[in-house]
Amino acid sequence: MHKIYIKIILFFSLAVIQNLSTEEISLEPSLNSQEELQEALILINSGDTLRLSKGTYYFEDGLSLDVDNVTIEGAGMNETILNFSKQASGAQGLLVTSNKVTLKGFSVEDAKGDAIKVIGAKGIYMINVKTEWTGGPKSSNGAYGFYPVESSDVLIDGCVAIGASDAGIYVGQSSNIIVRNSTAQYNVAGIEIENSYYADVYDNLASHNTAGILVFDLPDLPQQGGHHVRVFRNKSIDNDTDNFAPEGNIVGEVPRGTGIIIQANSDIEVFDNDIGGNGTVNLAIVTYGYDTEDENYYPHPRSVQVYDNRFGNSGFDPDLETGELAAILFELSGGEMPDIFWDGILPMSQIIFGQPDNEKIILGDNGNASFLTISPIKYMIGMDPVNTDYDSFRGEIKPLKAVSIEGI
Amino acid sequence: MSGLRAFVVFIFLFISHQIYGVNDSVILADKFPKTLDEFAFFEDKKAQDPADGVLPYELISTLFSDYSYKQRWVYVPDGRKATYEEDWVFNFPVGSALIKTFYYPLDERSLDKGKNMMETRVLLRKESGWEAVSYAWNKEQTEAKIKIAGKTINASWIDQAGEQRSVRYRVPNKNQCKECHATNDEITPIGPKARNLNKIYHYEDGSVNQLTKWLQQEIIHNYPENLVSPVDWQDESYSLDDRARSYLDINCGHCHAPTGAANSTGLYLNFSESREKHLGFYKKPVATGRGSGGLKYSIVPGKPEESILLHRMISTDPGVMMPESGRALSHSEAIELIGNWIKSL
Repeated sequence: MHKIYIKIILFFSLAVIQNLSTEEISLEPSLNSQEELQEALILINSGDTLRLSKGTYYFEDGLSLDVDNVTIEGAGMNETILNFSKQASGAQGLLVTSNKVTLKGFSVEDAKGDAIKVIGAKGIYMINVKTEWTGGPKSSNGAYGFYPVESSDVLIDGCVAIGASDAGIYVGQSSNIIVRNSTAQYNVAGIEIENSYYADVYDNLASHNTAGILVFDLPDLPQQGGHHVRVFRNKSIDNDTDNFAPEGNIVGEVPRGTGIIIQANSDIEVFDNDIGGNGTVNLAIVTYGYDTEDENYYPHPRSVQVYDNRFGNSGFDPDLETGELAAILFELSGGEMPDIFWDGILPMSQIIFGQPDNEKIILGDNGNASFLTISPIKYMIGMDPVNTDYDSFRGEIKPLKAVSIEGI
Repeated sequence: MSGLRAFVVFIFLFISHQIYGVNDSVILADKFPKTLDEFAFFEDKKAQDPADGVLPYELISTLFSDYSYKQRWVYVPDGRKATYEEDWVFNFPVGSALIKTFYYPLDERSLDKGKNMMETRVLLRKESGWEAVSYAWNKEQTEAKIKIAGKTINASWIDQAGEQRSVRYRVPNKNQCKECHATNDEITPIGPKARNLNKIYHYEDGSVNQLTKWLQQEIIHNYPENLVSPVDWQDESYSLDDRARSYLDINCGHCHAPTGAANSTGLYLNFSESREKHLGFYKKPVATGRGSGGLKYSIVPGKPEESILLHRMISTDPGVMMPESGRALSHSEAIELIGNWIKSL
């Protein structure tokens, strides 16, 4: 009995202490929102919550937060709007450079650059936040809606990203990542995980983008060799928006109507997704397509497991104009675009001696999904290199571990 | 005897306080003072006559800030000295301050006509490290007040050609100071590296190399003999390559360096970078978005018009331009320099 009492007393006294040490600050929209909100973001103390009341706040400059362990909370993504349409300076809407920050229940609209950029955070939790360019898909829209980079313990949950001219939700050079319950529409790429380690992407809807979900790895960067990414229970459907990325960007090469692309990563799982209505291809597994002198970079995808997905229509409207992927695939398949494509490109040693078992592409059950790959050795000796033998890629599925974020 | 000694010490302290009028406790305090006055860095209201112990200095190569002029001062508390750090800024002792006033001359053709001060930024070396804050001047130029959240000032001046120029000048907020002044997430000065101070300054009591003066004034312990200094990018007697790399170093290299805030881009423009890919030669953009302007590479040797780097220097669109903050105008002289440099590659 005593023990329980002590526990109850401890609980209440801790609650009191916590109440004393944390503070809530509230703001409402005003003509001076720029200064008021920025000042609040600078003066906020660790442990505090800043509440943004319902309404539209207008900004001329970007906003930034550099205090650890704080919460910025609006009245809801459709109620509290941070509007940057009049932005005259600042490269993004909101910049976060501190740790253990929760962003919740607001929307960032019409930022001149990226909407929400997070650099080097250990712990960034974005929940029920929306980023949107309200004029529809345009190359003059900012590149990224949600843009955590060089961060760890990244949660994007229940968020909405619309109209980004690169990726709606983009996590780059980060580790320990969960993107879930979110919606990405009318972006070039819906959701993109790039040069990152340990990411779970699940229960999301990616539709009406140019491409739904991308898992990429690029050379010449501080963090590369992306690995351990699980893409599951998502709907990547009806991605039918023409590519509107400004040229020069890697996603500018992605054809309209792509469900999922896995490029140059290792230990990837794609399972239990609905992938369909994608006019070019549902799932492409490809090598980085450019020359690089970066000796530390591995351009080929390895250990990719694809199973239990439900593939719908694809290949009915291939985008032969954008990049090379669709055109190559169209030629190889004679117009019969496969559900799953692997470019088959391997290092020379593996072309000759074969690929180690633990690096192979493994296909499980995927309904009636069609498959196409290229045999490099046949290509080199002048034989027909196209291989559509699905069953020869079957193998034992070895599930990867789930990502967990402390405190989530 | 001991009474006399105490008296002498007292007098000495009294005098030294008079000589070194700077308010050391304000520099070290937890909170920033509301006005610039409270530091007592200057003897006059308009912050022109430095207090004793506050020494003006110049840098060989400086950051472009919308054509504003900059006056700089250094303060190191009495009895302490900064130490030389190779390839980096001097390691200043706790209690030091770096002070920088941004202003526009009313008329660039005759500087004695007066000036319009925008802000005075201070970097304070506290026990826990450096902290940065800015004080914005009022219209009357009588007081500079702290602006935690920054401020926009619509300023104008007459340029060398006699043209009326205007700018939406941004006093940075405290976080924006850090955007440039951060290395490995710690605030740090950028300018006062030994190699960047290695030039003659015309002091009131004569012209002498600044490092010599700093040594005489006991601001620094030492500096090495053979410094390789950046060149003044405006000095055409130097090679195009040296001038361009100097400009890129001071204007871009504090973020675009392996330890800088923009290291995730893989584009490194600091002076010591020598890998062509990381300098941007045929380097594809990573997360540039519309900043690319439809161009494919950061630098296409020989082709400035195809180089993203130059495109972003020219742009004044906040979603495109570089640097991201601290400029609203494009720097036409530098655009010409970097354009010629890319053409020469």
